[in-house]
Amino acid sequence: MMNGPWLEAYRQMVRIRIFEEHVNVLYRSAKMSGLAHLYSGEEAVAVGVCLTLRDNDFITSTHRGHGHCLAKGARVDRMFAELLGRVDGYCRGKGGSMHIADQERGNLGANAIVGGSAGIATGAAFSARRRGTDQVAVCFFGEGALGQGILYEVMNLAALWRLPIVYVCENNLYNEYTPAVETTAGSMRARPEAFGIPAEEADGQDVRAVFAAASRAVTRARSGEGPSFLLCHTYRFHGHHVGDVNRGYYRAKDEEEEWKTRRDPLQVLGTWLLDAKQAAAADLERLQAEARAEIEAGEAFALASPYPDPADVDQDVFA
Amino acid sequence: MSSRSEVRTRTPARELTFAQAVREALAQEMRRDPAVFVIGEDVAEAGTPFKVLSGLVEEFGSDRVVDTPISEAGFTGLAVGAAMTGLRPVVDIMFGDFLTLAMDQIANQAAKAHYMSGGKLKVPLVVRTTMGATRRSAAQHSQSLHAWVSHVPGLKVALPSTPADAKGLLTTAIRDDNPVVFFEDKMMYSLKGSVPDGEFAVPFGVADVKREGRDLTIVATSSMVQVALEAAALLEEDGISAEVIDPRTTVPLDTAALVESAKRTSRAIVVDEGPRRYGVGAEIAAVIAEEAFGYLDAPVRRLGAMDVPVPFSPVLEDLTVPTAAQVRATARELCGRT
Repeated sequence: MMNGPWLEAYRQMVRIRIFEEHVNVLYRSAKMSGLAHLYSGEEAVAVGVCLTLRDNDFITSTHRGHGHCLAKGARVDRMFAELLGRVDGYCRGKGGSMHIADQERGNLGANAIVGGSAGIATGAAFSARRRGTDQVAVCFFGEGALGQGILYEVMNLAALWRLPIVYVCENNLYNEYTPAVETTAGSMRARPEAFGIPAEEADGQDVRAVFAAASRAVTRARSGEGPSFLLCHTYRFHGHHVGDVNRGYYRAKDEEEEWKTRRDPLQVLGTWLLDAKQAAAADLERLQAEARAEIEAGEAFALASPYPDPADVDQDVFA
Repeated sequence: MSSRSEVRTRTPARELTFAQAVREALAQEMRRDPAVFVIGEDVAEAGTPFKVLSGLVEEFGSDRVVDTPISEAGFTGLAVGAAMTGLRPVVDIMFGDFLTLAMDQIANQAAKAHYMSGGKLKVPLVVRTTMGATRRSAAQHSQSLHAWVSHVPGLKVALPSTPADAKGLLTTAIRDDNPVVFFEDKMMYSLKGSVPDGEFAVPFGVADVKREGRDLTIVATSSMVQVALEAAALLEEDGISAEVIDPRTTVPLDTAALVESAKRTSRAIVVDEGPRRYGVGAEIAAVIAEEAFGYLDAPVRRLGAMDVPVPFSPVLEDLTVPTAAQVRATARELCGRT
């Protein structure tokens, strides 16, 4: 008997990994335009956190948001369609990679302003409580957002008003092309703690560790005990965006190899599942094959989806 | 807004100040819809420095009249999230100058969420704030920044010039499913006027002729409507019949009514308290020039605030804002009287 949703976690992480591989190819083969910030390497954070949430709980996401979106239950085909600017996309092609919102699953949107969704997530938590529900909000952001003032303003509000929110900081060590150690004075977890917000650190490559910490934070939020801060140490396998190929000036190849070969969240969980006899190799292979098939079908759907009608350009400016 | 008619349940009117009219609209909408709440600095017991909100917390409690820390970006952002998830926040930004602190939340978040999400997310948010100089408050408490937000697709912008419009436009703003920035000229809070009792909503995008005239159209916004009316009275002595028309909202803008008036009178002046350069006055003047050119006997003229930071010294500050005398002189010039 398994003591956690670990096969489901594996399934979701594999989906995200393969999805991002396809995005990489789409972008490099010039089928996708714009910007693509890949989540590969950080899958355990989104999946570990979202496995603790209900469908009607809220999340807000970042420019590196495909993983959060999928983990919260989005469909692959409509995501690809959005990335390709097609009419079947989640935002009818108007948002693109950095703005996917999936309100039916509580995803209030990815956000291309670093730290830009901290207010929205905190407001969703405020609203959840005001409307008398037990919904919880999760605000995902990277460690780069620790440089943005609004994060501190809303953590102060959330602490004052004991709002049901979890701030999830994905520390992937780099603010775009700059090491976080060069941009971040003092201690990361001391920041929320200064507001009286309990902070916990987790190995962001270990989905079981993230899940355990997130469960405590979400339980606190749901039971009215107020906000928490979850600091997940993780790593971005690709560059800041797909075009960020020559990275030698800000991070070493050896470091990347070390994380990819020894700290890959899929490998960490896969190895554990096999060692603990929670799954057989064939189970994992089946999940991989299923994810690959789903993603290939989703991509084909998106490539066949029409572009928006030109008449759509001035629709939905106002509700 | 499809209907051009005002919505009202009962029509008896009383004299109210502009501030009382704002408060009445808020109180009535809060009674009508429990999703409406007010949030901002010193909005509860203090009732704001201008006492516009006095009495609301006593009626609705601190759950719905929410005092915040001095964190404009934070509480505006919180309101955006609350608006997306079922509430209808009315944010109070004490001085329009402080909009700058919340600008990412207004311009990048609230304004774009509906469009960026393909029409799924809605942000029924009102940001109430102030504008207007000559209160001797110097450069960071005196700006009129309505052009900034009028320039951002996705925001509606209302500029009431009378107590009745303040009530009617604020009611509409609260009921609108979009983010609305609502500017109150702080110099008008004690201005009195007749205000309908009961439910009263003024539709957006419908200009109001504040005074009819034949020889010249004066398009004016917010407190400049009062200046324009004063000028029109002076012009009457000069034998010039000036029409004063107030667009009331810059987004949506009732271009048809402004153009029609300019075509009829064949001359137009635009008076707006924002800095003249790249301002609301420039936009309105351009609309009239583009659509009424063949009917005009003279180029459209703009009067706006001087393109300087608002100075403290009263002697200097008074030079920066359009006056009735300036409007009159410009009108005389346009009509060939020197």
